[in-house]
Amino acid sequence: MKVLIVGGGRTLYFLCRNFTAKGYEVVIIDRDQAECIQLARQLFATVICGDGSDAGILQEAGAMGADAVLAITANDQDNLVICQLASLKFGVPRAVALANDPDNAEVFEKLGVSSFSTTRIVGSLIEQRASLEQITNLLPVGQGKVNVTEIVLDAGSPVTGKLLKDIALPENALVAVVIRDDQPMVPRGGNDLQVGDRVVLITLPENHGPVLKAFTGEGK
Amino acid sequence: MKAIQETKVKNSRYIVIVGCGRLGSHLANQLSRDGNSVVVIDRDEATFNDLSSDFSGFRIEGDATQRAVLQEAKLKKADILIATTHEDNVNLMVAQVALKIFGVPHVLARVFDPKREEVYAQLGVDTICPTSVAADMFLQAVVTGCAEREGAQS
Repeated sequence: MKVLIVGGGRTLYFLCRNFTAKGYEVVIIDRDQAECIQLARQLFATVICGDGSDAGILQEAGAMGADAVLAITANDQDNLVICQLASLKFGVPRAVALANDPDNAEVFEKLGVSSFSTTRIVGSLIEQRASLEQITNLLPVGQGKVNVTEIVLDAGSPVTGKLLKDIALPENALVAVVIRDDQPMVPRGGNDLQVGDRVVLITLPENHGPVLKAFTGEGK
Repeated sequence: MKAIQETKVKNSRYIVIVGCGRLGSHLANQLSRDGNSVVVIDRDEATFNDLSSDFSGFRIEGDATQRAVLQEAKLKKADILIATTHEDNVNLMVAQVALKIFGVPHVLARVFDPKREEVYAQLGVDTICPTSVAADMFLQAVVTGCAEREGAQS
C-alpha cells in the first residue's frame, strides 16, 4: 500500500512511523524545509519539500499510483484542495482531510471529501472516559427530548441471563438493539441478555437515570 | 411601502466579497457605488482602510474558511460571492462552500495557478485566473506590437 501524507509536525512523524512499521510505502510532502531534512533522517520514507496543493508536487510524489492521500496540514483550505486534486486529477481512490475547525468536517463531507476532526474525536473520548465507562451517549433525538444510549453489560448487571420480557423496565423505555459478537439484532420479549452484550436503549430524559440503573445495577 | 422595498431589492444585488486586498477593495467600492448591498470579509481589519469613504456596505473581520463567519455575512441570502484573497485554496474552498452549502447562485473565485483552475472548472466553480488573463494580454500585445512595427516598416 502506498500512502501520501501532506502536512508536518509531530502528528505526521508518528503517523508515518506507524505506517512504515506496517510495511506501507510512505511519501511525505511538507512545506518546511528544515523539518523535511529531519524527517528524511528519522524515517524510512520519501520526503518531498513543497506545497501539497500544487499539482506538480503531487505528481512528483507519485500521486498517480497512490492508494491513499492523507491531508493533515494546519489549514483546512489546503487539506480540502489537496484531497480534491488527488481524487479528481490523479484518481487516488481514498483521500482523507483533517478538519481543524470541527464545523468543516461536515462541510468537507458535503463537498465529497472524507474528513475527520481530531477536536471532535478527542472531545468525545474525554467525555466517554470521564463518564461511566460502560455507558455511551450516542445522540440526542428530537431536540434532546429523546436519548439514545449504548450500554455494555458486565457481570455486575442485574439483567444478564434474563429474558427481555422478564425485565421490569420503567415507563417510556425501549431496548432498541442488542449487539452480540458484532451481530446486531432487534430483540423481542423472548430474547435474553448476556454479559458482553452492547444494548442500545431509547429513553426519555425523566426516566433516563432509573433505566440506566436497571441495566448497570449501580446505585442499588 | 413594501412594494417600494421589493423593487429596491430587485435593482440592487446582495454581494459578498471575501478578501479586501487591492482587488477586493476595488470591487467592493465599485459595486457599492453602483447601488449593490456589499459585505466584505477579511482576516485583517487594517485592509478595510482601502475602502472608500462612500462605501456603504458592511465589513466583517474574520476567517472565511470558518462556516460561522460566512453565516455572519448572511451568505444564504447572497446573490453573488466573489473570493479574491491572495490564497488560491482559500478562494476555492470558500467558493465551493458558498455554492454547495449556502446555495449562492453565482460564485466567482480568483485562482492564480492555471493548473488548479482546470480542476475546479469541473466542479462548477467559475474561476478567473489573473496569470492566464495577463499572459493572454501580453501575448496579444506582443503580436499586435510586432504587426504594427512591421506595418510601419513596409
